[in-house]
Amino acid sequence: MFTIQEYAMPETLQEAYDILKAQRSNVILGGCAWLRLGSRRIRTAVDLSKCGLDFIRENGEFIEIGAMTSYHSVAASDLLKSVFDGVIASCVTSIIGVQFRNTVTVGGSVYGRFGFSDFLTPLLALDTRIVLFNRGEVPLKDFMTMPYEKDIVVMVRIRKDGRHLSYQNMRNSRGDFPILNLAVSYGEAQGFTVTVGARGPKAVRAEKTSAYLTGHCRQKDEALLQGACDLLVSEVSFTDNMRASADYRRLISQVFLKRAVREVTGW
Amino acid sequence: MVITLMLNGEKRQLDCRPDTMLLEALRDAGCKSVKCGCDTTNCGLCTVWLDGHPVLSCSVPAMRAAGRSVTTLEGVQAEAEVFGRCLIAEGGEQCGFCSPGFIMNVLAMKQELKNPSEEEIARYLEGNLCRCTGYMSQMRAVRRYLEVEA
Amino acid sequence: MRYISKPVVKVDGLSLVLGRPLYTNDLAPDHCLVVKALRSPYPYARIRSIDTSRAEKLPGVACVLTYKDVPKVRFTNAGQTYPECSAYDRLILDEYVRYVGDEAALVAAVDEVTAVKALKLIKVDYEVLTPVLDYHTAADNPVIVHDYDDYFNHYPSFNADNKRNIVVDGIDEGGDVEKAFAESALIECGTYETQAQQQAMMEGFRSYTYLDQNDRLVVVTSTQVPFHTRRSLARALQIPQSRIRVVKPRIGGGFGAKQTIVSEYYPAIVTLKTGKPAKMIYDRHETFTSGNTRHQMYLNVRVGAEEDGTINVIEVDTLSNQGAYGEHGTTTIGLVGHKSIPLYNQAKAFRFRFRGVYTNMEPAAAFRGYGATQGIFALESTINSLAHRLGMDPVALREKNMLREGEIMKAYYNEPLNSSALDRCISRGREMIGWDEKYPCRKISETRVRSVGMAIAMQGSGIAGVDTAGAVIKLNDDGAYTLQIGATDMGTGCDTTMTQIAAETLQADMDRFIIAQVDTDVSPFDPGSYASSTAYVTGMAVYKAACDLKSKLIRAGAGMLHPERFTSPDTPFEEEDYLFDGNEVTEAETGLHVSVRDIAVHCAGTNDGDYLIGKGFNSSPISPPPLMAGFAEIEMDLETGRYDVVDFVGVVDCGTILNSNLVRVQTEGGIAQGIGLAMYEDVVYNSRGRMMTSSFMQYKIPNRCDIKKIRVAFESSYEPTGPYGAKSIGEIVVNTPAPAIADAIYNACGVRLTTLPMTPEKVLMGIMKNKENEN
Repeated sequence: MFTIQEYAMPETLQEAYDILKAQRSNVILGGCAWLRLGSRRIRTAVDLSKCGLDFIRENGEFIEIGAMTSYHSVAASDLLKSVFDGVIASCVTSIIGVQFRNTVTVGGSVYGRFGFSDFLTPLLALDTRIVLFNRGEVPLKDFMTMPYEKDIVVMVRIRKDGRHLSYQNMRNSRGDFPILNLAVSYGEAQGFTVTVGARGPKAVRAEKTSAYLTGHCRQKDEALLQGACDLLVSEVSFTDNMRASADYRRLISQVFLKRAVREVTGW
Repeated sequence: MVITLMLNGEKRQLDCRPDTMLLEALRDAGCKSVKCGCDTTNCGLCTVWLDGHPVLSCSVPAMRAAGRSVTTLEGVQAEAEVFGRCLIAEGGEQCGFCSPGFIMNVLAMKQELKNPSEEEIARYLEGNLCRCTGYMSQMRAVRRYLEVEA
Repeated sequence: MRYISKPVVKVDGLSLVLGRPLYTNDLAPDHCLVVKALRSPYPYARIRSIDTSRAEKLPGVACVLTYKDVPKVRFTNAGQTYPECSAYDRLILDEYVRYVGDEAALVAAVDEVTAVKALKLIKVDYEVLTPVLDYHTAADNPVIVHDYDDYFNHYPSFNADNKRNIVVDGIDEGGDVEKAFAESALIECGTYETQAQQQAMMEGFRSYTYLDQNDRLVVVTSTQVPFHTRRSLARALQIPQSRIRVVKPRIGGGFGAKQTIVSEYYPAIVTLKTGKPAKMIYDRHETFTSGNTRHQMYLNVRVGAEEDGTINVIEVDTLSNQGAYGEHGTTTIGLVGHKSIPLYNQAKAFRFRFRGVYTNMEPAAAFRGYGATQGIFALESTINSLAHRLGMDPVALREKNMLREGEIMKAYYNEPLNSSALDRCISRGREMIGWDEKYPCRKISETRVRSVGMAIAMQGSGIAGVDTAGAVIKLNDDGAYTLQIGATDMGTGCDTTMTQIAAETLQADMDRFIIAQVDTDVSPFDPGSYASSTAYVTGMAVYKAACDLKSKLIRAGAGMLHPERFTSPDTPFEEEDYLFDGNEVTEAETGLHVSVRDIAVHCAGTNDGDYLIGKGFNSSPISPPPLMAGFAEIEMDLETGRYDVVDFVGVVDCGTILNSNLVRVQTEGGIAQGIGLAMYEDVVYNSRGRMMTSSFMQYKIPNRCDIKKIRVAFESSYEPTGPYGAKSIGEIVVNTPAPAIADAIYNACGVRLTTLPMTPEKVLMGIMKNKENEN
């Protein structure tokens, strides 16, 4: 059972940040979906509801999603449906329940960097940055491996660069966490980016596989695709857990890679 | 701490701890239709509306509802009865324990989706678990309801 | 028929959908003490010492109880008729804790926050013992789960031996098994393992207790077994049974979990110690870890057959993981053989070996299907394998060998099969699924196939010779009736079906009936709702009560029409001389008539009145099996092993349908639970005996999108011993999905899965292995 001693609802991010830094056991609340699972003893819980972070908007070359935006807003956003083959909007609908998606927030799940995330794997395949209140803008790729600092996720920024995006995931049942997910983005200019998540640890970019595909796979070639699969399983590690074995994850990651590449290239 | 909110259309003051979740606050306020089924955001039994949108009250801090509008099944009895009669006509309520959360979400769906397909209905409602029915009778009831309302 | 077989709406339906406060925790008084258990973190340990002093000093704590504070008399928490088949191996709190989640101490406090705080202040010094976590090595293990001398089982024939970790051990056979195998042209063998499964009813275990005006203990509880609860509490608490009253409000599902008395002991002992109302609400984690599950089982099956498909002999050998306490251990295992082997009743011989063992895991107990589910998965999978080996259509193999109406079932206590539409169930299901076009498999793309599989099943209707039921129908002073039963509606709708039977028999409108809430102080005795007993056993008691009341109404009416003739209770009287249409009693010859309402008014308000009560008692020497054929169609992605059950057709013979809505929903719901069992539901422990699947986040039951399509139909037979020809429906419906889906998987990709759940990973690994073998 978790406990909270004080509940703060600041109206500015500066105020929120000051409270956060004031004591070790002060935390920012996201959607609170995971709060009840733990037994944290929180001194002051900081609720960002009044900080104006519930938005999905275009800003120049970027799409910006505020930290307090719910997954349901992401799924329902016409803007997000219109870019990246609609994958950013649709990937979160793999997460069950409109009530749940109304409850959880983009900021909370981005900050958590959960291994099972359906949201981060496709974002990681794009030019995505995380805006932190104190540290400023950080590429998602770097943010994934950063230590959990006391900072506030303000928004997610995605460069609207016209890439195609495919998201593949495997679950034992609809309402379960994915046991593997994989995204591939592709653009004439950018080439391929392959990311793999729910593999055990956090999602990663498969850099060598991405480079290989970008270098070789300019046209349909099944043998080269198999080469990419071989590379993928050699560079990405998979682990066993209650839901699936590493071997199974390794096998289906290759199937997903082929399917995703075909989808984004139209082969 | 005392928070003020609109509960089922009435201005109410609820006495809460900083870590009270909305589910507990609502039950303490007499809204016993709100059920707890899982504690882990998976079952949908505790579904209520926050500013008109369905949320899981087990995971919303009561403080977050301060100054906002909360609706439970107690607040939508007339609408609940219209759908509820469709549900019982199919025997789809069975034990009834998941019915309040399910009905809150069906009513929300009706407001949000226009002419939903079977697939869209199932996707919208999939956060509402039911162990008794296997869902078929509930889905028949939803179709019956959408026809009645159309 | 006015009500029988009609889609009558549940009598409590509208109240439920309006969210009225009708469940245990809605009704518990606001001021009652909150009881919480301190639960063992170890699978096996002895409490060396326990210091509760700090917890007791916490303001708001009413009491802290340990094993030192409870009666030292062992009991079983299984809800079974006395003398119970389950061993007396429990204490309310014990010096030993036998699984992770077992109760080590209790706290009662003014609110939950205080109770949780107090739990943390209890200091337990555990002597951690080596646990038994593998049921294959539990028998004769040096570690003894119940190592004491006051272990007791009423029935020596179960061969329980606690010093060997053996809950039950036995063999049942008929015919010359060895000869039949020797004479068989081929023998099909299979080894299977079925997992523990959570009942996962939406409302967890909960109860509240208080002392009434006569200092009696009142227990309001979410239970399937109010009368057994009363008896078990009396023994456990060592107070007279007459001092206990158990009330059952609305129940948020049971599926067998609440045939075991789980939460009730704890608030009860707190109320007795403190004199104060107390409640205990299990959250989902506690409901999953400290309740009970389906028995995990390991099964070996051998079937001997001729080349033409004639089945000669069946052997089933079962090992059952009982977990830490013995509830339902001796009985569940019996159904593994007794409710599978008779499906092929023409076999010349059968042998059924069974053994149940204690381990340091969550106890297994009752869950819909109750052993039959496990047995049928194993036997039906073997029969399907046999069909493939013979090159026969699995449907044809069933049609050749299946149980038929009029047969004596040798492996089912020599009971007769009075009624069966199994042949029609199979042919209807075959047609509905499109078997002839779809069997075995069709390719729909380079990587995807669709395939079908089928299985048949049986269950029982009540426990033969054991289950009893009372029913009482009172005529009220306004001409309405009050129906009292002790069977427990847990959402299934038996309050409604029982009223239908009464209304049909008394030819009265449903709304003239009050169905009384089950309350052991006033309801007639009934073991409760389990073992598929309510429609069949209690239903017949209700029918008899209605007939009894009808006779009494006619006599009372006749007396009013001819007061001069009916001068004493012994006045001879021919019931046939009068007609009864539900509203009036009419003398056939004269047309003189009197209304039921006038009879009621007369009975209640005159000095020659009477108190008209119809009484029915029923038990049955047989347990007529309902029968079912299940057909699965799946679509499989051959590259990932992922598959969906795109259609499941279930056709059931439950005798006469009592309520066409409720049997349909029972069937659809049972099939969905069977699909969950087949595909992903799984109770998983880590190496230290801790359950890893203790939430709906980790333990997945089917959701709305998982269940694509379930279609059900009914082929009625007429069971002469059931009310209006009815048999049971509640349990049989869970049995066919696992074996039918297993065979559909085989037909899709050539992989025979023998362990549940059948995950995509197991499918793909099987496909890879087959490929390796080919190369």
